Amino acid sequence: MKKMIEGSRAVAEAVALCRPDVISAYPITPQTHIVEELSQIVADGQLDAEYIRVESEHSAASACLITGVNRALSAPLSIWNDHQDTMGIRDTGWLQLYAENNQEALDMHIQAYKIAEDDRVLLPVMVCMDGFILTHTYESVDMPEQEQVDAFLPKYDPLYRLDPEDPYTLGAYIGPELFHEARYVMQQDCLASKEVVKEVAREFKEAFGRWGGDVIEAYRCDDAETIVIGLGSVVGTLKDWADARRAEGQKVGALKLRCFRPFPGEELVEAVSGAKQVVVLEKAVGMGAQGIVASELRSALYGRSTVPVSCAIVGLGGRDVTFNTIDEACKRAGAGEREFFAGLRTEALEEA
Amino acid sequence: MATQPFTYELSRGFLPGHRACAGCGQAAAVRMIMEVVGPDCVVTNATGCLEVFSTPYPESAWGVPWIHSLFENAASVAAGIEAALRKQGRLETTRVLAFGGDGATVDIGFGALSGMMERGHDILYVCYDNEAYMNTGVQRSGSTPFAASTTTSPAGRASFGEDRPKKNLPAICAAHGIPYVATASVSFFADLKRKVRKALGIRGPKYLQVHVPCPPGWGYPEKDTVEIGKLAVECGLFPLVEWEDGEVTRVRKIKKVPVEEYLKPQRRFRHLFRTEEGKAKLADIQALADANIEKYGLVD
Ligand SMILES: Cc1ncc(C[n+]2csc(CCOP(=O)(O)OP(=O)(O)O)c2C)c(N)n1
Ligand code: SF4
Ligand SMILES: [Mg+2]
Repeated sequence: MKKMIEGSRAVAEAVALCRPDVISAYPITPQTHIVEELSQIVADGQLDAEYIRVESEHSAASACLITGVNRALSAPLSIWNDHQDTMGIRDTGWLQLYAENNQEALDMHIQAYKIAEDDRVLLPVMVCMDGFILTHTYESVDMPEQEQVDAFLPKYDPLYRLDPEDPYTLGAYIGPELFHEARYVMQQDCLASKEVVKEVAREFKEAFGRWGGDVIEAYRCDDAETIVIGLGSVVGTLKDWADARRAEGQKVGALKLRCFRPFPGEELVEAVSGAKQVVVLEKAVGMGAQGIVASELRSALYGRSTVPVSCAIVGLGGRDVTFNTIDEACKRAGAGEREFFAGLRTEALEEA
Repeated sequence: MATQPFTYELSRGFLPGHRACAGCGQAAAVRMIMEVVGPDCVVTNATGCLEVFSTPYPESAWGVPWIHSLFENAASVAAGIEAALRKQGRLETTRVLAFGGDGATVDIGFGALSGMMERGHDILYVCYDNEAYMNTGVQRSGSTPFAASTTTSPAGRASFGEDRPKKNLPAICAAHGIPYVATASVSFFADLKRKVRKALGIRGPKYLQVHVPCPPGWGYPEKDTVEIGKLAVECGLFPLVEWEDGEVTRVRKIKKVPVEEYLKPQRRFRHLFRTEEGKAKLADIQALADANIEKYGLVD
């Protein structure tokens, strides 16, 4: 059923459709609307779940799935969107998916439960959703029916439980004689989860008819000379930009990095190797180093392709990313710049 | 007269073979508590000595479901488990317990504990109070007593050790108006077991703080754990009190031994007996004990 609703409401309804037994929630801008909507859904009796009003987000965060509503990190304090928060925890063992729009955020939550609960994965999944740009924006979304979601997501049957009949010790400490191996296994699982992410995207398409890519989505990239890569809501702008510039005869394509962890290096190499240049729009800074996604892409390309990769830092702390920003990024990349901030207000820097 | 052979039935919940130090008061208290709790429970455990000495992978001393997540969130993890068991209709029989050290409880996990109590979860939270961060090498906590020397409140030429009195967390928990709060000591095991039994018979949040002497952290011979624990209670520095619905309902009367008898055998208070200034602090400590005696009516 099509509905015109706010992104946060779409996510709250998606979570409710997945029938969680327990929800723990705490307000922090810009994800607050999601937990407000969920409490209303429980209060209205639409969902029979234990809703725990925890006293901090730390206490809320002992879960298998998190909606990572992206917000800039202090300092200075900002509640607006960029990706510095989730990029900072990229190597912790969480899987990370980035949603382009509210429909995808909704669909990704349903997929994320299936990925996290797969016995081959058993790692927590974070659905990254741009704060305000998606969470506070009304869009038309296709809301699945409960029966469809029930069929897609069978009742969770955990491999390990806290059951007095069959007691397990969970979260033991591991000394140097085995920790190395434990991390090795975790890395193998994390890498292998890429196939599960793809599989679940395919199954989702079969069940719901929607497809937003699996680990990546290449948009008008086939004969593209310039490919611009983005994560999250910027991809919508990027696709429109590609359409507009194509209409003017420029050979450009847009590439959505839908799954950042595990990193789809193989798929990216295949998608961009034929281009003349690649520009990565990054909403996070690898402070003291370089663009985070760009450097991972460069290392995936190493020895395979010599296509130059440029990193354009854009849209920090809620700064809009427009066609102008993308044009500037491509132009500077074409001139050989490899690491730069696009859309900088140089006059403000001079004043300061 | 024929002598009875000594028999002892091991609790299935907490088994021997763990790696606690000899004379560890905390290990003994856990064993006694698990004997009362029985097998039908889920235990959450904050980071600390207990978590580390009982679960060196692939070994585990736990015969009941047990989970460790972080230093600060044993109460929140327990709350999540309690909610899940409630949803599954299993809370009638299965008991949820949260275990933490004094650092985990009175310092870093206090917000989580307070939230758990305020929300009314059916959980027994047990704080094993050895009066410092032992697992990381005897740093002070909010539960470290006045004048104790720790590695972060060391005695020295310009310091007599910890300069603040012990935080009265049981009273703070009682102020939440929860149905049951008690202090207990590993040295009074019948009393400890009675309190655990009582707590398990009450639905809602319960808080139990058990005084558990620690030989390496306090600096006394391993064989003296029970004796040291008794002296702490008998001098009035660790009063055994029960609160129901926020009101004190029962206290254990004491012999009122002078605080020196409790302090002298412990390395952490040794500096007090060496200088005139130190001796002056002994009077302050006696005053703290006297205040407890007065407040809780520990002496008839
Ligand atoms: C967030 C965090 N901070 C610090 C630590 C390090 N740490 C582990 S155990 C511990 C002290 C535990 O003290 P307490 O809770 O009193 O338990 P005890 O070991 O004394 O039984 C500390 C500081 C940690 N694991 N996590
Ligand atoms: S340091 Fe203290 S609390 Fe820790 S195991 Fe040893 S005796 Fe027990
Ligand atoms: Mg301690």
